[in-house]
Amino acid sequence: MPVLKARERHPITITLNGRPASGYAEPRMLLSDFLRQELGATGTHVGCEHGVCGACTVRIDGKAVRSCLTLAVHADGRRVDTVEGLAGEGNKLSVLQEAFRRHHALQCGYCTAGILMSLAHYLEINPQAGEEQLRKVIGGHLCRCTGYTQIVEAAVEAAEMLRLNKSAKV
Amino acid sequence: MKPAAFDYIRAASVEEAVEVLAKFGARARLMAGGQSLMALLNFRLVEPEVVVDISSIGSLNSIRIDGESVEIGASVTQSELLDWPRLKEELPLLALALPWIGHFQTRNRGTICGSIAHSDPSSELPLCLAILGGEVELRSAQGTRRLKASAFQTGMLSTAKAPDEIVVAARFPRRRPGEGYAFREIARRHGDFAIVALAARATAGGVLLGVGGVADRPAVRDLGGTGGAALGAALNAFAWEMGGNDDIHATASYRRELVRRLGPKVIEEAQACLS
Repeated sequence: MPVLKARERHPITITLNGRPASGYAEPRMLLSDFLRQELGATGTHVGCEHGVCGACTVRIDGKAVRSCLTLAVHADGRRVDTVEGLAGEGNKLSVLQEAFRRHHALQCGYCTAGILMSLAHYLEINPQAGEEQLRKVIGGHLCRCTGYTQIVEAAVEAAEMLRLNKSAKV
Repeated sequence: MKPAAFDYIRAASVEEAVEVLAKFGARARLMAGGQSLMALLNFRLVEPEVVVDISSIGSLNSIRIDGESVEIGASVTQSELLDWPRLKEELPLLALALPWIGHFQTRNRGTICGSIAHSDPSSELPLCLAILGGEVELRSAQGTRRLKASAFQTGMLSTAKAPDEIVVAARFPRRRPGEGYAFREIARRHGDFAIVALAARATAGGVLLGVGGVADRPAVRDLGGTGGAALGAALNAFAWEMGGNDDIHATASYRRELVRRLGPKVIEEAQACLS
């Protein structure tokens, strides 16, 4: 069986926001660091590095996960979606992003990328989600600016918008 | 906050994982979802020589009914079990407890068996395994053995699993007719480690109460048909016997108080849904 040696850098290829992206990683490299340092995808932010704050949340094969609790070598060959992939053609904001803007659901923006990725996954699989469930999802993230109220309002509104316009992209 | 260096092997089969463990023993660490291990690695609380990723082993990704048990393979995530259509019917206690585990984002990768093998005293799944009388299946180059939760759980973050063994599956007894279940947890925020977690399993004849977060492992007490003042006294004795420590989240005294106050409520809830 293939062993990826500790002190060597190994080629890693992921599908980043729909396009192939390659770099090198030692086995110990976190996916969050790989995205930022190897691929230059700095939209994903790094906070606590032990899975608590949620800032680094990305989607792997569609599922919202902590990129600081994932090894880059584990992500090899998988699909990774980050905040850079949310906006559509011509940088048109997604429904979720637009709702965040309308509600001033961010101030410094450090936590925002992670929250958007969590909500994007959750709303895709739970289109009927109401405030109570959305609060629990947001509960997996720390925001030190907003007090969360506007984030919750934006999430609830985005869910409603998506229910009205089923063809819209989360 | 970055792991120390280690070799990485993505195991393609249980045999491969067992082979690595036979060679490296305690110098190797198994990673399924990594939601506990990655934090330990990042803090350098563990510095294994080899990390064996078992998350891609297809044969471990199954939830199946086997006689009186539901067998859950080592790569099944907490989200996957939550989405299992028969969960409420077969494992009602787990249906209640799973939403309390971490967050949506960590349940998407965290596994059932990984949490049981990690054996954090405040975590939900070891508590469920203990109160239901479930077991784990362990495999090594020497063969396979099954251990009851009570024999497997040996203390804080420690189990009877030998360094060359892999937890290939957890086996939870299916719902028995005439039983009712309840689960409650107290934490500062939803998704935090439980200060105290309580599970109750009621039958027509009596009730079992399980408590996590107080002792160094899940504690289960058979309270029989005790009620009223006698129940209060039994819960008080149970709370004191579990010991418990002061930490940054709560004092031992507060934890005992939660057992005394919430114990009767959880028991009542379980008895109310006797089926």
